[in-house]
Amino acid sequence: MSKPSLSVTTASPRAKWIAGILVVSYAMVAMIPLVWIFMTGFKSPPDSISYPPKVVFEPSLEGYVNLFTTRSRQTDEYIESLGPPETWYDELVRKRNMVITGPSRFADRYWNSVVIGFGSTFLAVFLGTLAAYGFSRFKVPLKDDLLFFILSTRMMPPIAVAIPIFLMYRELGLSDTAAGMILLYTTVNLSLAVWLLKGFVDEIPREYEEAAVVDGYTRLQAFVKVVLPQMRAGIAATAIFCLIFSWNEYAFALLLTSGNAQTAPPFIPIIIGEGGLDWPAVAAGATLFLLPVVIFTVMLRNQLLRGITFGAVRK
Amino acid sequence: MAEIRIENLKKNFGDFIAVRDSSFTIEDGEFFVMLGPSGCGKTTTLRMIAGLETPSDGRILLDGEDVTYKRGAERDIAFVFQLFALYPHMTVRGNISFPLRLQGLPRREVRERTEEVARLLKIEPLLDRGVGGLAAGDRQRVALGRAIVRRAKAFLMDEPLGALDAEFRDLMCEELRLLHKRISATSVYVTHDQIEAMSMADRICVMNKGDVLQIGAPMEVYNRPATKFVASFIGSPSMNFLPAQGNVSPGDTEIQVNGARLAMPEAREGLARTESVLGARPEHITISQDGALRGRVFAVEYMGARQLITIDTDAGRLRVRAPNTVRVGDGELVGLSFDPARVLVFDPASDRTLNSALFDADGEAHAHG
Repeated sequence: MSKPSLSVTTASPRAKWIAGILVVSYAMVAMIPLVWIFMTGFKSPPDSISYPPKVVFEPSLEGYVNLFTTRSRQTDEYIESLGPPETWYDELVRKRNMVITGPSRFADRYWNSVVIGFGSTFLAVFLGTLAAYGFSRFKVPLKDDLLFFILSTRMMPPIAVAIPIFLMYRELGLSDTAAGMILLYTTVNLSLAVWLLKGFVDEIPREYEEAAVVDGYTRLQAFVKVVLPQMRAGIAATAIFCLIFSWNEYAFALLLTSGNAQTAPPFIPIIIGEGGLDWPAVAAGATLFLLPVVIFTVMLRNQLLRGITFGAVRK
Repeated sequence: MAEIRIENLKKNFGDFIAVRDSSFTIEDGEFFVMLGPSGCGKTTTLRMIAGLETPSDGRILLDGEDVTYKRGAERDIAFVFQLFALYPHMTVRGNISFPLRLQGLPRREVRERTEEVARLLKIEPLLDRGVGGLAAGDRQRVALGRAIVRRAKAFLMDEPLGALDAEFRDLMCEELRLLHKRISATSVYVTHDQIEAMSMADRICVMNKGDVLQIGAPMEVYNRPATKFVASFIGSPSMNFLPAQGNVSPGDTEIQVNGARLAMPEAREGLARTESVLGARPEHITISQDGALRGRVFAVEYMGARQLITIDTDAGRLRVRAPNTVRVGDGELVGLSFDPARVLVFDPASDRTLNSALFDADGEAHAHG
């Protein structure tokens, strides 16, 4: 028998074990779909739809090749007349009696997602930081009402206003433009950004700015040199939330974009292969689509942890 | 270095009057302490001098120059905040050199001046550490360093020792005093701790509810308080107050407390009321069997060389500071006599101290205190 731990902050070894097992099993359950998507991306199309599902399979890059190319079916004679395949992906495609006819639009869609996702995140965080500072530090007439109004924009699902926005965008020529999508996502994210960031600014004592002002700095310099560095954690956390929303947004992207500005989410699920959806290509697209958010989150994860628990414990 | 002149300074926040109408001058090189309970307006006054608060009315002159509406950045004043306000994302060096980095000085000079200040404050080994893990005293020193590195015209300090524990506070009190001696800069120091004020100040300014009640040297404020509030706020344990009866006329040398006639310094003005308040500090009352006022010992606290005796009289409870040679027990009936040169009389309506021989010429009246 080990001695029972009376401390509030240190867990007993047994409690640690139980907690560990719970966390690990939850993580595994949560990871299953992701792992499955990742695996499907490396399956051949027949393997991807075989029943019972194959857990052990021969890995193939067909999904990734299909994701980035358009192909057409040809006769054996025609394929033979082309001579030996020039590249490994030509070879892969020809096994299925196909030839590559050109690149797919996936790269364009992906780039649109990067521009729109990161662009709107930057704008929302930038404007949100300034607004939050203003709300936190200055006397703003009707401050509480304004803050409530800003929050109220999130009180219905954004898609509820999809039709008016669709009509407005058509009139304004913003339909199917990256600028239009950045504007839209910034609008949706801004209320979250203002509220989150205001909490972080509120936590920073005014004395820091006052000290800087007395020492000869202007208000703006004090903001840049003293307040901003202390908001790093909050800005990182807010940026991640904003990016996750605008990166994953599906409904507006489906409705408002088609040709030029379409982002990856509405594109990936409709990658058609022979006789239906090309599941390995869809899974490959989803895998690649996950990467930026994962990398961004991993890069900022230390800040994020501090950000989420900020204010919970004062030192 | 500079003289700070305050002229009819007022500040209200909505209906609340933080500073009613202050006028005083802080001399060049003086250590000036503003003392009062929280909410008395001392911090607001300090913040107005620093340019962190805009006065509702009045003027602030720094070396004769009107700075009332100048931004804090243009006043060349250094400020030490109660919670130090050290920038957590900078090292000690970064914090101390922060005010210098704005001035476009050569890098070498910034470095030299930062290290000179660190040497003066004995925090040189800490220069490249972050400020997060510093002990309270070291944080205090860094905050002071940031204030003195710029060689500003004046140093303003808002309860800079309030966040330190008692033992350390005494040490820092002494260090601050020494520092002031070395750099002899005009310093304005805000505190609610009268002991801090007494031990450090050249002059003390006592405030309450937005009013300046008295400005004077610590001895002066202690011995000749201008109002009953000043008398009660300064000194620990606080001054004893007893209700007194009968008119006071100029020339009177006695006052009645519950039928006992007590000698007092000759009154210089009269009080046309039937009631007044007598004040005597615990060390100005002695226990003697022929004392005019009598009371019963309620409690005795031994404090080494001295003891504090609490006595219940018909007029009210009194505390007496007596040498430890005096032997009394709980419940014992004793007589009390008051030092006739040190007794004060207050007007209960205005709170003001009545003028008496005690206030006559400097020093003489309380020379034997």
